[in-house]
Amino acid sequence: MTTPIDDRLAEVVRVEGGRVVAVLARNLGDLMRAEDAVQEATIAALDTWPSAGIPAEPRAWLLTVARRKALDVLRRERNRAGKEEEAVALLEQMRDDEPPDGDRSSVDDDLLRLMFTCCHPALELDAQVALTLRTVCGLSVADIARVLLISEDTAAKRLVRTRQKIARAGIPYRVPSDADLPARLAPVAAVVHLVFTAGYAGSPDADLVRVDLCGEAVRLARLLNQLLPGEPTLQGLLALLMLTHARREARVDEDGGLVLLADQERSRWHADEIAEGLQLLDESLRRSAGLADRYQLEAALAAHHVASGDPDWDEILRLYDLLDEVAPSLAVTVNRAVAVAEVRGPAVALDELENPGTPPTLALHIARADLLRRLRRPAEAAAAFGRALAAGPTAPEQRFLRRRLAELEAELVEAGLVETELAELAAQPAPGRTDPHS
Amino acid sequence: MPQYAALLYTEDLDWSAEPQSERSKQYMEFGENNGSAIAGGAALFPTSTATTVRVRGGRGGDVVTSDGPYAETKEILGGFYLLEAADLDEAVRLAAQIPAAWGVGGVEVRPVIPM
Repeated sequence: MTTPIDDRLAEVVRVEGGRVVAVLARNLGDLMRAEDAVQEATIAALDTWPSAGIPAEPRAWLLTVARRKALDVLRRERNRAGKEEEAVALLEQMRDDEPPDGDRSSVDDDLLRLMFTCCHPALELDAQVALTLRTVCGLSVADIARVLLISEDTAAKRLVRTRQKIARAGIPYRVPSDADLPARLAPVAAVVHLVFTAGYAGSPDADLVRVDLCGEAVRLARLLNQLLPGEPTLQGLLALLMLTHARREARVDEDGGLVLLADQERSRWHADEIAEGLQLLDESLRRSAGLADRYQLEAALAAHHVASGDPDWDEILRLYDLLDEVAPSLAVTVNRAVAVAEVRGPAVALDELENPGTPPTLALHIARADLLRRLRRPAEAAAAFGRALAAGPTAPEQRFLRRRLAELEAELVEAGLVETELAELAAQPAPGRTDPHS
Repeated sequence: MPQYAALLYTEDLDWSAEPQSERSKQYMEFGENNGSAIAGGAALFPTSTATTVRVRGGRGGDVVTSDGPYAETKEILGGFYLLEAADLDEAVRLAAQIPAAWGVGGVEVRPVIPM
């Protein structure tokens, strides 16, 4: 069991740790050394703070300790000339002249540099996400493994390989020039979006991950907007995250079951966040002069979802068509089918979900089940829900699926078509989600 | 200054047979525009001239030669440059100007181990 004090302490260490890695990586010119030093400082903090209390300037504390640890390592390796010599000189000088905290804006600039390094297009997307979670968000390797549904060993190896490529291939630690910025923003936005989706989708071990990933992604998107103001991609991204995150409490009922959008209690949505998201989206679309990227389109869809009154399904379908052109994916196909069902009927929508071209996902099974139910084909709908239950749903999804199955069973009883397997399907435990990467 | 090898994967062409071709001119242009960053390099004769050498039974053993490249692939190593660049971004900027980058293959950029 952890206490609220432990949680706050861990949170401070984690968030400030990311900033300290960023500062130290610039001082040292070496991300791996910076991370090692901050890791040691973090251990020292978790060791002393519970009894001594959280210091008034936790970042300064961590930076001072991390610098000292880095200096120790560098001095030990002093015979290795070159860059290390410069770093030692720099660190020693800094300890004397500069308040270790630095001013706030320069620390944030360092964090921005760190993000561009972690999200460098010469790294694989999977590697970018893992490294960002580790260095910028300060997640443990075990948590990264849980979030990305990979084994701890795979996560650790991926991190080592990625840091090694950064160091050996000379991936720079800087904010790209204005000319390169548009192309370099896309992977940064993609990584922040993936951090959010990982948190939103949850994982079978989600309860064990003590970091709120959705909140973390919103924090990063907000920070990016502050540091690079007026970038339509970043505004669209933050708008999307806020419009989705604003509904977080209404997504789950008292029993921990998933609640669909149409059934959510609007009073539990965060109206202020929705207002800010809508304003950001407006500004973003104004700046990009009508040309929308995937985040702006998804944000526009999220805006429709939180709008009051009857949904404008024609417009929603038009947005999904655009999204399908800009960023096609199975998720888009599945969500678009919901709009198709409203505009052209469930039979057309079901047709469009046949032969998706990629292995079926949980969301596809659920969408098919729902369309079959609406087409009054309850036995097939129940079979589709059964496949969804077998596809490794999270705990809230399982509760939702079982509830739907029970409703179907009632319908079948009414129609005189009782299927005994149905009751069994609803009762049996779903298998855990398997690691797709190992 | 860090060094990077730019390995040019191209069609299996005989560059020596067409010094006046458009492609050859583009290579000349790359050399003229980036002379200070090019520490070395070479264009290679096609793989029909390649000989692969192996020594059987460990060092000092029997030398076995075979006709042809080490690995049969569609795109072959047609040449290379040794580039000097401050970091990967600069190396990528240079590599993107090498004609092989917009040919059928591509340019593989690899950092060189400093000795």
